[in-house]
Amino acid sequence: MRHLLSIADLSKIEAISILDTANELARVSDGAVKKLPTLRGRTIVNLFAEDSTRTRISFEAAAKRLSADVINFSAKGSSVSKGESLKDTAMTLQAMGADAVVIRHSASGAAQRLADSQWMSGSVVNAGDGTHEHPSQALLDAFTIRKHLGLGKSDLEGLSVAIVGDVLHSRVARSNVLLLAKLGAKVTLVAPPTLLPVGVESWPASVSYDFDSVIPFVDVVMMLRVQQERMTEMYFPNAREYSRYFGLNSDRMKSMKPGAIVMHPGPMNRGLEISAEVADSSRSVITEQVTNGVSVRMAILYVLLTGGSLEAGGN
Amino acid sequence: MSVALSAPDIKRALTRISHEILEKNQGASSIVLLGIPTRGAHLAQRIASIISEIEGVEISCGTLDITLFRDDLRLRAPKAIMPTSIPPSGVENRDVILIDDVLFSGRTIRSALDALGEIGRPRTVQLAALVDRGHRELPIKADFVGKNLPTSKSQSVRVLLSEIDGRDEVSIEGEAN
Repeated sequence: MRHLLSIADLSKIEAISILDTANELARVSDGAVKKLPTLRGRTIVNLFAEDSTRTRISFEAAAKRLSADVINFSAKGSSVSKGESLKDTAMTLQAMGADAVVIRHSASGAAQRLADSQWMSGSVVNAGDGTHEHPSQALLDAFTIRKHLGLGKSDLEGLSVAIVGDVLHSRVARSNVLLLAKLGAKVTLVAPPTLLPVGVESWPASVSYDFDSVIPFVDVVMMLRVQQERMTEMYFPNAREYSRYFGLNSDRMKSMKPGAIVMHPGPMNRGLEISAEVADSSRSVITEQVTNGVSVRMAILYVLLTGGSLEAGGN
Repeated sequence: MSVALSAPDIKRALTRISHEILEKNQGASSIVLLGIPTRGAHLAQRIASIISEIEGVEISCGTLDITLFRDDLRLRAPKAIMPTSIPPSGVENRDVILIDDVLFSGRTIRSALDALGEIGRPRTVQLAALVDRGHRELPIKADFVGKNLPTSKSQSVRVLLSEIDGRDEVSIEGEAN
């Protein structure tokens, strides 16, 4: 595996091996060893052309725990369009000797473009491209679900997951639907019709418009952020109405199955898609998702940056 | 393919190594056995149970995975990371005995020393290997060896253990040249 661009490219076996690797890495960094020499001398560039807190910090922490050198490159404020500028950036990174580029970009397909081009020779990790995919988030979500509800199994067979809210603009939802279905979970998307993308019927998930009829039957409720910055028109009448029908508040949480968990990829709009009581409740695994994110990203960097051609190996 | 060690040979070798470990460390009170996964971990378990039978005490025994400390990660396909479990006694000021199935280039043991250094500072580190096949690339030597097997570099040594493979056997594959 050289790049991580989309969950669609991953086989079930590859996905499980990343989760298993993350599990061992989490145990290593829980213990006495805080820093591993595994990627010493390798350079990883965080190329963030769109705002991010958690993902960038998480990739940075992951790279540093594996002793890689990290260069943060944020294109904030630059208004250059995709084509030429991405090429120039990539060639600069190549000239600096980057072994891997972690890219976040507002254009769907930006990571793919970088990987397919001959601009640079390093690995490309998609850290979110437009409304397309966010594979590392899906992997950390699957890791968190497996840890809580997996009963020691390697996949998520038999679990059911509701993904609720702004599916239309959510790369997290896209990657999660693909990954969770691949791992055997049953996925239900819950959203107003205006916030579902065209072609959603071809996704490996069922669709419901009624949150209350879904919530008592699922093991995981994954809330999505309402992405107001991407909304160019009216998708719902007002925030209060959205919150009433599609928000997760403590009343709704009462109808959840015992043991079921609440997830959110962050950042949260408290009071809109999720109430503060729910976010801070014992069912919420939201901060744990952040912790697990570091281990999962360590596993991704480990898998992409070790190896190379098999025949080059010694004994 | 020729069989180098049969099941009874392996049993005798492990029994002798157990006695040698006890002799060299004047008993079992300070020792910690750390097996290198996969097969070294099973060998460590076996040696631990032989020693506790001889001495009548529980032996601290764990595993030490060295994958993340290898110096050839850039060259080889990524390997699955195996569990590391350090016994609750820790390694600080103990006599740690690393246990592996085959001692070859010595690079695994170099990685193990690095991994161990991250965990603590043992009083001594010793090395036991079921088979020493020569061809060292680093100045590393085993303290306890089950059998020295002269091999050519093109041959491979295969260790089968009943815990994983259903039977105990060490064999050499390929032609000597």
